[in-house]
Amino acid sequence: MNRVVITGLGIYSCIGKDLSEVTQSLYQGKSGIILDPNRKEFGYRSGLTGFVEKPNLKGLLDRRARITLPEQGEYAYLATVEALKKAGLDQDYLDHHEVGILYGNDSSAKPVIDAIDIIREKKDTTLVGSGSVFQTMNSTVTINLATIFKLRGVNFTISAACASGSHAIGLGYHFIKSGLQECIICGGAQETNIYSMGNFDSLSAFSLRESEPARASRPFDRDRDGLIPSGGAATVILESLESARRRGATILAEVIGYGFSSNGGHISNPTVDGPARSLQMAMRDASLQAGEVDYINAHATSTPAGDASEARAIDEVFGQVKPFVSSTKSMTGHECWMAGASEIVYSVLMMQHGFLAPNLNFENPDEDSAKLNIVKKTLEKDINVILSNSFGFGGTNSTLIVRKMN
Amino acid sequence: MNQSDLILKINGFLVDEFEVDPASISPEANLKETLDLDSLDYIDLVVVVENNLGFKVKPEDFVGISTFQDFYNYVMSRVPSKTLV
Repeated sequence: MNRVVITGLGIYSCIGKDLSEVTQSLYQGKSGIILDPNRKEFGYRSGLTGFVEKPNLKGLLDRRARITLPEQGEYAYLATVEALKKAGLDQDYLDHHEVGILYGNDSSAKPVIDAIDIIREKKDTTLVGSGSVFQTMNSTVTINLATIFKLRGVNFTISAACASGSHAIGLGYHFIKSGLQECIICGGAQETNIYSMGNFDSLSAFSLRESEPARASRPFDRDRDGLIPSGGAATVILESLESARRRGATILAEVIGYGFSSNGGHISNPTVDGPARSLQMAMRDASLQAGEVDYINAHATSTPAGDASEARAIDEVFGQVKPFVSSTKSMTGHECWMAGASEIVYSVLMMQHGFLAPNLNFENPDEDSAKLNIVKKTLEKDINVILSNSFGFGGTNSTLIVRKMN
Repeated sequence: MNQSDLILKINGFLVDEFEVDPASISPEANLKETLDLDSLDYIDLVVVVENNLGFKVKPEDFVGISTFQDFYNYVMSRVPSKTLV
């Protein structure tokens, strides 16, 4: 079995458009949440959202590449350019090695709606143009990036609701561990346009604390009232240790555990058992004892039920040792399909720079979060092992464990 | 609109859509090579013609169109004569 290491990271999010900016935001506890009046006008119950600046790729990509790329693909392209650069992988390497891509994505709403609007108006499918179909597919990120970077390895999208990005890394870990691939571009992407979250808003899952956008996402806090949708993209380059050493690459961290489970219950209501089994499976895979985990990057989205269930699951597995816990969604909002990947990027950045980002707006615990060791303020701390949770609709759960390389 | 204006209009939307150097366009230049058209791009050519000139190009209409002049001639044959001076 191969050991699997991280040699590259890239990020494009509401708290920064590159690794440097995001590291600063994490350290400073900076929120990326705004109130978008367009959402209110459109009919959203909550106008809160993470603000992600639209990239301008003209000059970076040719017309053919740009017209097939939807918004989340643009984010993913930029995150991947940064990650490849960080990993020291250039086009010549990609041309001559079997590098793959496994990316999480679970919607592409705007291109679908734009195309259907044209067909309804014109009664002519031709007029949607040649780029539309490649933007509308759920696999849009992987089919586009595999084309842009001329990838020759594994190439598919993981759709697993808000655990998509985490499962993508988990599967990449297994593909490399088993020797099927040496290097895979993993990650997650999430669109942020006005069409992408209307039906999620309809479930009354979003915070209504619109008067205080930066204080609205408050995972684990007693007075939390819902999540804030957000997005962007995060890329993690996974590679076998042997390949990384052969290339002389800088090794940022090692992936040592992946756990997963399905709740076997309601389509949206969380459970304690499902996440707990995912946590336990990841711990067994990593051959770790609870006391060896320094930090848990919680899934906690700031919903009353979800955070409570996760707090109970964490307490069930780690109650005796109480590792540090925070939810970076307190800054970013819920990055949904991207979150599992971005939270690995955030966690590895914290590991590299020796600090833990605060769980913003954690002012008062409830009976469940009171049992956790939640990071309220930025903490200077050397961390060796981090665990990251991601859970999604339909009861899909994923847990990743990453260790610092010494 | 006279024929010169129409040609300017055609060149303008082709330059915008296919992002080519305006100087690369001349009546004798090869349309496919100059605009770097692949099979997918012909769909976008249909779309820009419809959006800018208001008529639908059928795929078979491209048969016989080699140069920009061929394309201008085709467009002029499809534009109602009363709109041309």
